[in-house]
Amino acid sequence: MENLERVIAEHPFFAGLDGGFTNLMVSCASNIRFKAGSYILREGDAANTFYLIREGKVAVEILAPQHKPIIVATLSVGEILGWSWLLPPFQWKFHARAVDDVRAIALDGKCLRTKCEENHDLGYEILKRFAQIVEQRLDATRLQLLDVYAVRR
Amino acid sequence: MATAVTTDPMLPRPYSVREVSKETPDTFTLRLEPESTANSTAFQPGQFSMLWVFGVGELPISISGDPALHDRLVYTVRSVGQATHSLVNQRVGSGLGVRGPFGAGWPAEAAKGRDVIIVAGGIGLAPLRPLIYHVLQNRKDYGRLVILYGGRSPRDLLYRKELTKWARNHETQVLVTVDYGGLAWRGHVGVVTTLFKYCRLQPGRSIAMVCGPEIMMRFVTRELETQGLSRDDIYLSMERNMKCAVGFCGHCQYGPHFICKDGPIFRYEQVRKLLEKYEL
Amino acid sequence: MAQRSQHVVGANQLGNLIEALLHEGYEVIGPRLRDGAIVYDNVESIEDLPAGWTDEQEPARYRLKRREDDALFGYAVGPQSWKNHLHPAEVRLWSAERQGGTFRILNNETKPQRRHAFLGARACELAAIAIQDRVLLEDKYSDPIYNERRRGAFIIAVQCTQAAATCFCASMGTGPQVSDGFDLVLTELLGTKGHRFLVGAGSDRGAEILANLEAVAATEEDLQEAAAKVDAAARQQVRRIDSAGIKELLYDNFEHPRWENVADRCLTCANCTMVCPTCFCTSVEDATDITGDHAERWRRWDSCFTQNFSYIHGGSVRTSGKARYRQWMTHKLASWIDQFGSSGCVGCGRCITWCPVGIDITEEVRAIREGGGNGKP
Repeated sequence: MENLERVIAEHPFFAGLDGGFTNLMVSCASNIRFKAGSYILREGDAANTFYLIREGKVAVEILAPQHKPIIVATLSVGEILGWSWLLPPFQWKFHARAVDDVRAIALDGKCLRTKCEENHDLGYEILKRFAQIVEQRLDATRLQLLDVYAVRR
Repeated sequence: MATAVTTDPMLPRPYSVREVSKETPDTFTLRLEPESTANSTAFQPGQFSMLWVFGVGELPISISGDPALHDRLVYTVRSVGQATHSLVNQRVGSGLGVRGPFGAGWPAEAAKGRDVIIVAGGIGLAPLRPLIYHVLQNRKDYGRLVILYGGRSPRDLLYRKELTKWARNHETQVLVTVDYGGLAWRGHVGVVTTLFKYCRLQPGRSIAMVCGPEIMMRFVTRELETQGLSRDDIYLSMERNMKCAVGFCGHCQYGPHFICKDGPIFRYEQVRKLLEKYEL
Repeated sequence: MAQRSQHVVGANQLGNLIEALLHEGYEVIGPRLRDGAIVYDNVESIEDLPAGWTDEQEPARYRLKRREDDALFGYAVGPQSWKNHLHPAEVRLWSAERQGGTFRILNNETKPQRRHAFLGARACELAAIAIQDRVLLEDKYSDPIYNERRRGAFIIAVQCTQAAATCFCASMGTGPQVSDGFDLVLTELLGTKGHRFLVGAGSDRGAEILANLEAVAATEEDLQEAAAKVDAAARQQVRRIDSAGIKELLYDNFEHPRWENVADRCLTCANCTMVCPTCFCTSVEDATDITGDHAERWRRWDSCFTQNFSYIHGGSVRTSGKARYRQWMTHKLASWIDQFGSSGCVGCGRCITWCPVGIDITEEVRAIREGGGNGKP
């Protein structure tokens, strides 16, 4: 447990949260492993857990008819996987597959959601942090969409 | 490192194509040898030549080979139109005209003693490869070498064997990503800016060299600034239409700069305001 | 340039001057009346000069009119400048021939057959030549074609004694007074003493040619008459550009609404760049003959107003007319200063006269300074 506490306390995502909140996070956390090739979360499932990746690479992908699975992004060490647990309808929109063997910290999103509703200060802090992640992902996605390396004719 | 131009910069010197190798479905590397030993092949990393196909036309192509090898000039060319198509379809033994080298190269001197951060997108890795060779051959003169490379998809990545080899160097970190992955790709998927979080940059010690599509360079320089690098420690390679490469035809002007003689490599601060201007 | 003594010659001595130059092997290029304009072409005798003609110039308007006297240089400037002869519109750079798998360059760029003598160069034109010298000879590289023509050129300057409505050299500091850059300088005098020229040498070459003429020393009166006429030409000018801080003005106003306004009028026809005496942009063309064994590279004038001027793979950078007009004007008046240490404009007014819709660069500058404004559509 001490290992978990240190990792969470030192993680940039949780920086600035006061001691009480960090303790709360730790009480909702556990270590978890995923074998290479296994699915960490699936599109359509209820979103109640999010993950802090400690080792390995995760592919965020989408399955579509007539297509092999399309990887839209990969996330690796130090990154947060999953934000759909925070906002309704609390449902995953993509698949997430472990590309390598993955070690992560799983955080109880359902528990955290409830706490955020009860304590709006905590809620604001959490939402601020997630808004930043979403912004970064959105910028990166837009740049990806631009297909800058394609040959224009 | 002075560059000797042994003949008139306006006249192409005959070179012979010795090897054509395929890097990706549309990109080829040509190795040229001078017809005469009097023709110097000396160049600085980041410089370019004007390659002439007999009676067809001339193109500005960055030199992508090893500056320490004096028996050749190497170019990596992407076939995007008629002119580049004729260039990549040259057979071994055919003759090409070479003018140059032209332009201001990467600041290899200013980078001495510092961590060299190379950020390349697509074909942008080609003009950076000579700098990578130079750093690796003069390892003691430089700090860390970090290579961040983004391509469209796995089959569009250049120099894959060399990237793997460079990655095995300790003190060298190589991170590669693609915009579109596919199932067989086990590497990163995402734009090259997403790689920054995987390398701990020390802003005061670092000097960054960036080359790729202009949009990509704008995002990358923004990210480098967020990482704490100063605008005077970031260098970009710019591109515009070129006809003469000697500052007379006027085509390559970018604001007050002639990309052929003031560039193609610029300090970020020199072009920062120009990058924001649409249709400049 | 050392002050040399001034002389006076009768107007008919100009015939002797032309002859002397031809005798020395020069090809004399001077004003000729052709196609309703005064152009620069071969002059064989004094009869070839446009005696008694003047030009009336306004935005988008150029007309020749008969004068009441027989002045030989009683006009301002025509559509051409000496650029046509120093930086020719079309020139072959070199040719090459195939040899087995390789090729050989036959470095035989076209040389002019004879050296040129430019008869009738105005102060603005001398300033333009100096500007092109800076661009084509004195920067990182030197253009051998321009150099060859420039070194050989003999220049006979003419002081302007009247200004066209489109002239603004006084405000650009380039005229109408000729200061240097000439071999001989003439000031035309038409008074009670008859049709005469004040003539001064600006070089040893000039003095040698001058020695062929029947000249008498100029009197103080002659000098004052000449000075007064040049002064009158300056005061006659109605247009001006205020150049204070013009570089920052144009750099900082990239998004000024005036650019949209001028874009509504500009046809991107490139006339202005062709008549401008300092515009230097060129393009190259490679061609082979039918057999494919013989190739040539030609250089020809180009203009930043063309669609493809800024083309790189995928498309042009400056697609809109607005971007292209803005590029031309900003380069001419602002970037040029950073690039070459002076303005690129000499105030000759040709771009105003020869613009088919009459865009006036002096008005555009004023509009941007004053923030907005509407040009006549």
